[in-house]
Amino acid sequence: MEPIRKHTGLVYPLNRSNIDTDQIIPKQFLKRISRQGFGQFLFFNWRFDSDGAPKKDFSLNDPKYKDASILVAGENFGCGSSREHAPWALQDFGFKVIIASSFADIFYNNCTKNGIVPIQLTEQQTQELIDHSESESYTINVDLENKLVYGPNDFSAKFEIPDYQREMLLNGWDEIAVTLTHEKKIDQFEIQRQTLY
Amino acid sequence: MDKPKTIVEKIWDQHIVHQEEDKPDLLYIDLHLVHEVTSPQAFEGLRLKSRGVRCPDRTYATMDHNVPTIHRHIIKDQVSKTQMDTLKQNCDEFNIPLADIDHPDQGIVHVIGPELGLTQPGKTIVCGDSHTSTHGAFGALAFGIGTSEVEHVLATQTLWQATPKTLNVKVNGQLGQGVTAKDLILAIIGKYGVRFGTGFVIEYTGDAIQSLSMEARMTICNMSIEAGARAGLISPDETTIEYIRGKRHAPKGNDFEKAAADWKALATDDGATYDATVEINADEVEPQVTWGTNPGMCIPVSASIPSPDQADSANAKDEIERALEYMGLEANQPISSVKIEHVFIGSCTNSRLSDLQKAAEIIKGKKVNPSVTAIVVPGSHSVKLSAEKEGLDIIFKQAGFEWRDAGCSMCLAMNDDVVPAGERCASTSNRNFEGRQGTGARTHLVSPEMAAAAAIEGHFVDVRKLTAPTPS
Repeated sequence: MEPIRKHTGLVYPLNRSNIDTDQIIPKQFLKRISRQGFGQFLFFNWRFDSDGAPKKDFSLNDPKYKDASILVAGENFGCGSSREHAPWALQDFGFKVIIASSFADIFYNNCTKNGIVPIQLTEQQTQELIDHSESESYTINVDLENKLVYGPNDFSAKFEIPDYQREMLLNGWDEIAVTLTHEKKIDQFEIQRQTLY
Repeated sequence: MDKPKTIVEKIWDQHIVHQEEDKPDLLYIDLHLVHEVTSPQAFEGLRLKSRGVRCPDRTYATMDHNVPTIHRHIIKDQVSKTQMDTLKQNCDEFNIPLADIDHPDQGIVHVIGPELGLTQPGKTIVCGDSHTSTHGAFGALAFGIGTSEVEHVLATQTLWQATPKTLNVKVNGQLGQGVTAKDLILAIIGKYGVRFGTGFVIEYTGDAIQSLSMEARMTICNMSIEAGARAGLISPDETTIEYIRGKRHAPKGNDFEKAAADWKALATDDGATYDATVEINADEVEPQVTWGTNPGMCIPVSASIPSPDQADSANAKDEIERALEYMGLEANQPISSVKIEHVFIGSCTNSRLSDLQKAAEIIKGKKVNPSVTAIVVPGSHSVKLSAEKEGLDIIFKQAGFEWRDAGCSMCLAMNDDVVPAGERCASTSNRNFEGRQGTGARTHLVSPEMAAAAAIEGHFVDVRKLTAPTPS
């Protein structure tokens, strides 16, 4: 995966909680066997009506967010299914950073395997970002190395991310290759495990 | 004496391959279940790097999400067909055992694992599916993973995992007559919300849990993810051991007795501590019905739909308003007045033999309401055959239900089993998210008994009123 150290981008606010992976990408689009091309299906049922026309009342269809690369949402973002198609769709659409007041565990993990930075901020901080980006074109900076988000209107927030996942994202490592450096230990473990029953 | 440990700590300690300070542990994976939707990109990843599958004998695949449940071999959707064909090719190429659409062991991945005896206490079990938590019913540490992790497990049979926090969900008392494991887990999520389990592994404890059958325990653990927990488990006991005895992949003879002793020793020690504990009294749980668009939006069948005015924050108010609008419901309307057009009995939550037996008891000698289309989708081919042996198919068909072949079906509607937009379904599945059973479809989660009762009446009804003993 591509390393990501710093990112500056336009914020798209989606002021909802419990956004589940069925909304991020509905099941009818999970049948493809490649990793590419899922962006067109992102938030499909919210973006398009039954005739396939963009819904005017869904904010992602607003041209002012066309170049957004940082999505900000409420609590429990990415709950539900383990489908990695959800981060694939977000990434293919152009999002590189997801900020939320909390994340579902599997989704969070899936982001870090794909070079998307998931950032948990407090409810107050996410609300502040949502308010700014709803009222104006709001561009912020993410510094993964220093675990910092900052931008206009004196916005500045530190965030936490497990060191292991931060390292993976910063370096864009192939995790399997890292694990295979421990192959001998896996071999030993298996020999010992096989004596069971 | 050693410090008392929880079952999670014991399983964890037994699976650490490599440990370093300030890093997650490298954990060995005993069993990797694979299905057609979340695996193709993982196999492709292996090919791109010329990597193999480390342990094909610890890997087991089936087709469940896409398969038709009627006219089994007419797969109209070519993209679905390609996905199933791809799984077959990948399993052939990497030597992985596969229960494909024609195989007698085919079924929903979380139904067949336990059925075949692949699921055993103390194992670490993963699958590219969030309902992998189901296998926790056996005292296994089982959780859903994404496709990158599927690829990682295929290549290395391990995963990097940070030690989870533990959450004790203690269920005191006993469930009343006509109240099921499904009602209990919905009531737990209704009480504590859809994110109280995030970051935790749940262990379900208490008298009410110990009294449950294995299939009921699977229903409970299955929905752990709906509370935010990747894994939920129950310490093994005699019920667990007797369920596994004789299963095809279970240890045999003396090995079984040795295994059974080890399994019992996995149970959480007296005095072990959890990072958090919540409690609920089973005596007070009533049959539940969800009214909204997540499983936490759930109320007893005797109650009325909440009003946005009851919300404690602007966001919560907004959430209720949006759910009511999507569901086409009014605040303060009694849930029992809500009419339904569809009934779905199936899914990895409630499609096992005992689920079908209990629904059939309610249905027997009655007719599905003329305004309702009702289907039963057994969780596996084996469940289907067992049910047919008992004549359950006849009971369902005579009542007006359709009797289908095994698969995930209308739980997520990836095949042709779709609820049309604007129509309402009483469903024994696990998610009532917007569009889950079809774009614009409205899902109400219930137990198999409550779904059966709703099929007869055409609206939600307290199943205990249908089954109440007649006064002598």
